[in-house]
Amino acid sequence: MSPSRESIVDVLIVGAGPAGLSAAIAAAEQGKRVLVLDQGLRLGGQIWRHRNVAALPRAARRMIERIKSLGISVASGARVVDALSPGELVVDFRGRIDRQRTRALIIAAGAKERFLPFPGWTLPGVVGVGGLQALIKSGVSLGGARVVMSGTGPLLFPVAAAVAGAGADLVLVAEQASLGALLGFGMDLAAKPAAMLQAARYRWGFRKTAFRTGCWVSAAEGFGRVQRAVISGPGRSTTIACDWLATSAGLIPNTELAQVLGCTIVDGAIAVDAVQSTTVAGVWAAGECTGVKGDAAAIAEGEIAGRAAAGDLTSASGGALQRRRNAGRAFGRRLATSFALRTELLRLATDETILCRCEDVRRRDIDPGWSQRQAKLWTRIGMGECQGAVCGPACAALFGWEGNVARPPLGAPLVGEWCSGIADSSS
Amino acid sequence: MANVTIIIDGVPHPVPGDITLAAALLNLGIAAFRRDLAGGARGPVCGMGTCFECRVIVDGVHNVRACLAPVRNGMTIGSAT
Repeated sequence: MSPSRESIVDVLIVGAGPAGLSAAIAAAEQGKRVLVLDQGLRLGGQIWRHRNVAALPRAARRMIERIKSLGISVASGARVVDALSPGELVVDFRGRIDRQRTRALIIAAGAKERFLPFPGWTLPGVVGVGGLQALIKSGVSLGGARVVMSGTGPLLFPVAAAVAGAGADLVLVAEQASLGALLGFGMDLAAKPAAMLQAARYRWGFRKTAFRTGCWVSAAEGFGRVQRAVISGPGRSTTIACDWLATSAGLIPNTELAQVLGCTIVDGAIAVDAVQSTTVAGVWAAGECTGVKGDAAAIAEGEIAGRAAAGDLTSASGGALQRRRNAGRAFGRRLATSFALRTELLRLATDETILCRCEDVRRRDIDPGWSQRQAKLWTRIGMGECQGAVCGPACAALFGWEGNVARPPLGAPLVGEWCSGIADSSS
Repeated sequence: MANVTIIIDGVPHPVPGDITLAAALLNLGIAAFRRDLAGGARGPVCGMGTCFECRVIVDGVHNVRACLAPVRNGMTIGSAT
């Protein structure tokens, strides 16, 4: 189904990952007319990105089948570029822009990787950790390629297993958190045998590769593409030859659409109450965009949001669902403390290092005394194609700026399409 | 999955039909999808449509993110700045 200004739905859901699918099912089971908008080609979001449904975990397959059997409308390849109100979104649907009206909106926009600039990070072949996983899932062959990974948090393990499983020569997996922090996290995980077993399975998947804690990539080198990664730890550094360097500084919530709607953002995440309601009436949010905490919690939050948006506050507040939600939130807080970024990562960029990859703004172009607005006016930092999606979180960490203030249009639609999309057809 | 033909800077290439354009270009050994203002090579980073580093020109349309675009028979690709 394509978005159309002629139609109105009961519940519009942005994002088709675990939270979005769960919300869609919950709202449709209440008899509501639901439309799911998603940037991807297939349902599942980033965590369940796939070329073949058979490769997905059973929970994912069940939810995708349920979406179909309930007859829920889905627009794949759709990106929200603006919100005129909580009840009316402007949507770029495969290059054509139109509006979509709704009675209730659920944001399930997920998370993105945070990248912190270091010398050489713009070289081709330097990709995100989740970025490399996404590329593998979309068909990139890594057979025989030398790969170095450097990042933080639970995402490293499944990606390392996927990279090794894809036939790459995975040389090193570096976790910036200390061994102590990791052991503390492991102790918590020990109370969840299923999670421990999963972690062990992933580690077996890249068993031939060294896994080191307390170290991080400090530079990438190469001519025309990455050829070497410099891995540093306290008082030491090693240079490793590689064809790919997969690196990131953890996951952060996608809050742009919520910002445009005026929802309150706290600690970089969309603020929600116990039934996933944001601070703006008619807008709910669920999953990683309300704080990174994993797919199990996202499914619970999606179900709560779907029921609440459908008007069933009683079942949305139900004990079992709320317990799953709270357990997820507690796990999210544990993640944040265990994998807190070390300050060394904030000092890697040199004067010459590019901060804003779209506008080629270098570290030396920014006066540390500037506000974010001054920096934008003088340098165009954060004003290119990605609209600060990459350098915004980086500069928030580097300079203490409040973070990128999202403004429409989100992303960079074509001007002609943009104008036709916001123009009122009746005028 | 059957192959399709994509045309990169005027040269036809057969690629599997069920992959993204980013995957097709990378598998052909193309690392530089675009050039930055100083002429430096840039390629995909996030793999999920956020960073816009994989943007290319597809059938004359600018700012197409190769990581989100499925390959299509006969699609023509040029590199962006």
